[in-house]
Amino acid sequence: MTEVLRVLEPGLFTTIQDLGRPQAVASGVPRGGAMDRFAHSAANLLVFNDRSAPTLECTLVGPRLVAEAACVVAIAGADLDARLNDQAMPAWTSVAMAPGDVLAFGRRRAGARAYVAVGGGFAGDRWLGSASTYLMAGRGGMHGRALKAGDVLSCGESWRPPVAGRELAASRRPDYMERSLRVIDGPHFERLSPDSRAALVSSTFSLGTDSNRMGYRLDGPALDVSGDELLSFGLVEGALQVPSGGRPILLMADHQTAGGYPVVAVVASASMPAAAQLAPGDELRFLPTTIEHALGLRAVQRDALDSIS
Amino acid sequence: MPSRRSTPRPRVKVHPLGDSALLVELGLRLDTAVNTRAIALASALKKRRDVRHTLAGPASVTVRFDPDLITHDALASAIRRLAAKRPPVEEPGRLHRIPVVYDGPDVEDVCERLRITLEELIALHSRPIYRAFMVGFVPGWAYLGPLPDELVLPRRAAPRAQVPAGSVAIAGQQTGIYPLPSPGGWHLIGRSSVRLFLPDSDPPSLFRTGDRVKFFAAPG
Repeated sequence: MTEVLRVLEPGLFTTIQDLGRPQAVASGVPRGGAMDRFAHSAANLLVFNDRSAPTLECTLVGPRLVAEAACVVAIAGADLDARLNDQAMPAWTSVAMAPGDVLAFGRRRAGARAYVAVGGGFAGDRWLGSASTYLMAGRGGMHGRALKAGDVLSCGESWRPPVAGRELAASRRPDYMERSLRVIDGPHFERLSPDSRAALVSSTFSLGTDSNRMGYRLDGPALDVSGDELLSFGLVEGALQVPSGGRPILLMADHQTAGGYPVVAVVASASMPAAAQLAPGDELRFLPTTIEHALGLRAVQRDALDSIS
Repeated sequence: MPSRRSTPRPRVKVHPLGDSALLVELGLRLDTAVNTRAIALASALKKRRDVRHTLAGPASVTVRFDPDLITHDALASAIRRLAAKRPPVEEPGRLHRIPVVYDGPDVEDVCERLRITLEELIALHSRPIYRAFMVGFVPGWAYLGPLPDELVLPRRAAPRAQVPAGSVAIAGQQTGIYPLPSPGGWHLIGRSSVRLFLPDSDPPSLFRTGDRVKFFAAPG
């Protein structure tokens, strides 16, 4: 374990995340983990980490970090104007830091969440098999909370020393200005009224201010669902729930594990990175697609990650 | 105890839940035999290499799988075959005895709407041995039931933004205890000091699906 970066300013909401704790779902604990698993994985692979190594998820306003030891870092995901010693720093690229170097962020340009990986992976409290921060229980990551000034981040041993200058080809990076999320009809699509079925795919929605890592509350036309109350069932990330009031909720990484509201659509897994990069106030649309097409898009993302080797 | 009477042939519906999950519906009502089937199906599916994770609900199973290893249709067929099998005889779940102080903020309103006295409410609520039909929603929460018919009420019209931890609540055919402060639309009839979410234990939940729960009235 090496002390590698010290937090000068924590940013708006910076947490340690990995790929989550799927086994904990049986106890009602969300899977959690990085909201944008593509960017998280890419940042790790660029510094020769396993894709499940913990990274920093920086939300809207990134932190200011000073290197305590020489290290190699990579930033992927949102463009939050990353700067190394006040010089623009390339994204989706591994970059060397010397002791005393300062990594900082400026204004949000595109997306909402940037991921910082360090060679060897950030160390964090492990809880139920994962270092992901889960605020509700105050467990995982940096003592179950967001980073604050003065925190010191440590990293593990690299199995292969990372090098600077490795990058993900520009053509393989996601387009985070894309605001159309592909959706597959959900198990309760038929409960939508005909008008609401049309409204779901022809309207523009926007993220409510009460959106967070659990879910996005969407403002737009109210969706009209009918039918008997459902027994609760297990939920998945990307499910679009419609409570009786008609204001849809898109479930994100820390979503409740079960619920009984109708699920009228589910976002394709290849569209979840783009969904993770939305901020309150951003607009989005839903574009219906087939399972086959969704799996094709998923394969493109997998190939992009495989290209970092 | 699960009924050993012959159960009707299961009505199985398999729906896609996005590109890497399926929702398997085994029934529409709160029924111990159906729940037993759901638990057995979830654990049988977990053994498959192409299945990543399963979660049994009261009458459903949510299955996350690897679409690189199997198609939706092929897995749905395998699920229908598995669901048609008779589930193994279930071991009785662990029995928890939970003290409740019946002084929740909705208790008078509930008695009035059900036209019963507080004593009758306590007797009705603490009489059955409930089954934990599913653990989920928030950490440590269990959907318990079925509630006696005399206590069945629809959810509150306006959910509360914050329900205190330990609140004992009823809605529809179900009852439960809020493990953590959370939003909630159920009727709060009492409170319990028992800790349900155990973050430093593994699993971190006192209740597991299939457990049995008996309430008893405790002095405030």
